[in-house]
Amino acid sequence: MSAEKLAAEQPPARHWIAADRTGIHVRPADIWIDPSVPRANALITHGHADHARGGHGQSIATAETLAIMNLRYGTEGGQALSYGEVIERGNVRISLHPAGHVLGSAQILLEHGGERVVVSGDYKVRPDPTCVPFEPVPCDIFITEATFGLPVFRHPPIEQEVARLLNARAANPDRCVLVGAYALGKAQRVIAELRRASHADPIYLHGALEKMCALYQSLGVDLGDLRLVSEVQKEDLRGRIILCPPSALTDRWSRRLPDPITAMASGWMRVRQRARAKQVELPLVISDHADWDELTGTIALLRPKETWVTHGAEEALVHWCQTHQMRARALAVAGYEDEDD
Amino acid sequence: MRAFARLIDDLVYTRSRNAKIALIVDYLRVTPDPDRGWALAALTDAIDLPAVKSATIRALAEQRVDSVLVAMSRAYVGDTAETVALIWEAPGAGAGKDILLSEVVETLAPLSRADAPAVLAAMLDRIEPESRYALLKLATGGMRVGVSARLAKVAFAEAFSVSVDAVDEYWHALTPPYAALFAWGEGTGETPDLTDTAWFRPFMLAHPLEDGTVSLDDFVAEWKWDGIRVELVGTASDRRLFSRGGEEIGRAFPEIVEALDFIGVLDGELMVRGDAQGGEAASFNALQQRLGRKTVTRKMMTDYPPFVRLYDVLEAGGRDLRALPWTERRTALDSIAAALPPDRFDLSRLIDAPDFAALSAIRDSARDAAIEGVMLKRRDSPYVSGRKTGLWYKWKRDPLSADCVMMYAQRGNGRRASFYSDYTFGCWTEDGELLPVGKAYSGFSDEELKWLDRFVRTHTLNRFGPVCEVEKSLVLEVAFDSIHTSKRHKSGLAMRFPRIKRIRRDKPAAEADRIATLQALAT
Repeated sequence: MSAEKLAAEQPPARHWIAADRTGIHVRPADIWIDPSVPRANALITHGHADHARGGHGQSIATAETLAIMNLRYGTEGGQALSYGEVIERGNVRISLHPAGHVLGSAQILLEHGGERVVVSGDYKVRPDPTCVPFEPVPCDIFITEATFGLPVFRHPPIEQEVARLLNARAANPDRCVLVGAYALGKAQRVIAELRRASHADPIYLHGALEKMCALYQSLGVDLGDLRLVSEVQKEDLRGRIILCPPSALTDRWSRRLPDPITAMASGWMRVRQRARAKQVELPLVISDHADWDELTGTIALLRPKETWVTHGAEEALVHWCQTHQMRARALAVAGYEDEDD
Repeated sequence: MRAFARLIDDLVYTRSRNAKIALIVDYLRVTPDPDRGWALAALTDAIDLPAVKSATIRALAEQRVDSVLVAMSRAYVGDTAETVALIWEAPGAGAGKDILLSEVVETLAPLSRADAPAVLAAMLDRIEPESRYALLKLATGGMRVGVSARLAKVAFAEAFSVSVDAVDEYWHALTPPYAALFAWGEGTGETPDLTDTAWFRPFMLAHPLEDGTVSLDDFVAEWKWDGIRVELVGTASDRRLFSRGGEEIGRAFPEIVEALDFIGVLDGELMVRGDAQGGEAASFNALQQRLGRKTVTRKMMTDYPPFVRLYDVLEAGGRDLRALPWTERRTALDSIAAALPPDRFDLSRLIDAPDFAALSAIRDSARDAAIEGVMLKRRDSPYVSGRKTGLWYKWKRDPLSADCVMMYAQRGNGRRASFYSDYTFGCWTEDGELLPVGKAYSGFSDEELKWLDRFVRTHTLNRFGPVCEVEKSLVLEVAFDSIHTSKRHKSGLAMRFPRIKRIRRDKPAAEADRIATLQALAT
């Protein structure tokens, strides 16, 4: 294909949407999506720290995401949008659609000059009792994540992983199972899935998880009986399931627990040597991101004119699109990372 | 394969030695022959399927998945077998059946490099996804589950309530899948027949001579050499060289195996000759150039010629001498050594000392780099495996020590996972720069460990992944057996067996030792 022809075929979105290391800029609306530096106008896909920051003039997000931002970063106000509700800024129609990643997470649909652009943010397509399920949104340009964008990543059914967690607990009544889980989303999902598997016992929390779980519960996500590790004796923790942020697994904090079985709930746990390097005894492959089949399956379903890949293993996903006769390119958006997923 | 796959996964994530043993014990007890034997062989890297290599399975994956994606995945995962196991795309029908380990080995072993890939692919399609990793690891070797041959033997002994010594003895006599070993272990078979098999006899070991003395009327003294302890076994049809743990290391030292024209079992110290010492033994450092090699180059053979300094004889000409007193075995050894090629074998000389005080003086004056200390052996001692009190003592040279400054710390493993327990320390150059001279993770008490851990956490300057750089303010008195020049380290020095002797909170870092001081101790 000649360079002129390629240029002629370039979709107009390449001109009205620009990405740089600090985020994605929607020019006609002068609004930034998940900017990593303070901006006057920001659209926030979800509350994880690499996407949501404080310091913007005005943040637009779901009410749940704004509440999470308020809790984590002390941001106030912001404009809440419900899923499907449309606002117009500088000739761009903006609406949010469920991404299924964590509570309040959204894809962003941008409509301008007859072109539809969807920014997926982080997403997963599997059901999650703590948030609204992902909805595929037809579009011309699909701007996707690629955190698990390698064909070695295929997440098993969560029921299977939760059963392994419960089996480890049942087999070790004298120990406790300590599950490292990202404080926003993963921890609450693991708890909700344990409840769905009829585990009604109290679940114990590291202090860093307390407020987020309380927020989830106040927003209508039932997590059952939760208690704090700091409020009970060591002996009372035998046979219990305890959740903590991943960083606390090998922290001095864990010394107060009775012979913990170290577990970690993360999509990265699929790679044995990686789990081993993290000194995890019970790796639970539980991810809040789309796996390889879901990333490629979503692109195949949407059949966009172009796929732009923001972060993760973007090279591999771009390569896949190209070998399947679909146009794709990598955007150099820096700063998103999900080591803990 | 299903049960074996579960065992492999459990072993990967289990760090405690006892828990690993328990897992293997359970597996060996419930798994029928011959699969448990093949599993044991796989764990100890004793299965050789020459038609299946890492490149074979990578090529297989590339038949199913785009090669660029395979390469990117391999780069991320870091292990070809695991990458292929995770990436494998099987047609749905027919998947999920189990396969016996014996079927895998027996099917693949006779195949050529041209035929094996298709057969292996069919197996991967047939079994459950969870078993693919185990199958690929079994086929390509190198389990990476942290199980040594020793650990597997201990597990076998525990599984069938037999002695580890006996397992040790029979293990090397038999080939996978070890049917005779299991029959013997379960009491349903005869004691394995070991005639004409070059098998490993467990070593006799010594206790440290703490304080006190022994009478030289009852004990002989000989030098303790700083090489690696080896056992040499020759039969009518086989010759083998075993290391301390019973690993066969003959391939790394073909000259020794070649020169071993002897039927029987000898115990000695493997060393290399150092030119600096005029053909005498070189330091352990020189020997390290030859250790752990799968193949040996001509240059290595010339630069680091190995030889064995003989200590003892266990068997000669089909006769077991182990029950005889040391004096009689030594007489036999004298004549055996005399008949072996002198460039490859010599006799460990006895130290001629009238009394213990004189021996002590001789020991203190010994400066030979290859001498680690003195051995004291009861003249009437039989050769018994393991450490039996009162028979043999090792009397090492007093350790050297230096005051070093802690530079970096790293978290430990297992029980110590939350503690900074591995410390890198350094000494000062003439220009006032601190250069690392060693790393130690032992020698301190639990209380001291807690204190050191707290020190690291409150004095961290930088983090590089798991490593913390600490403020250069804490002096550690480090004990070590010897120190050698080394091109691998910036300081040009490498310590042997460094351990933390004392925490010198009282000493300012600037007063720690200088590199030059350590260089003067180097041998």
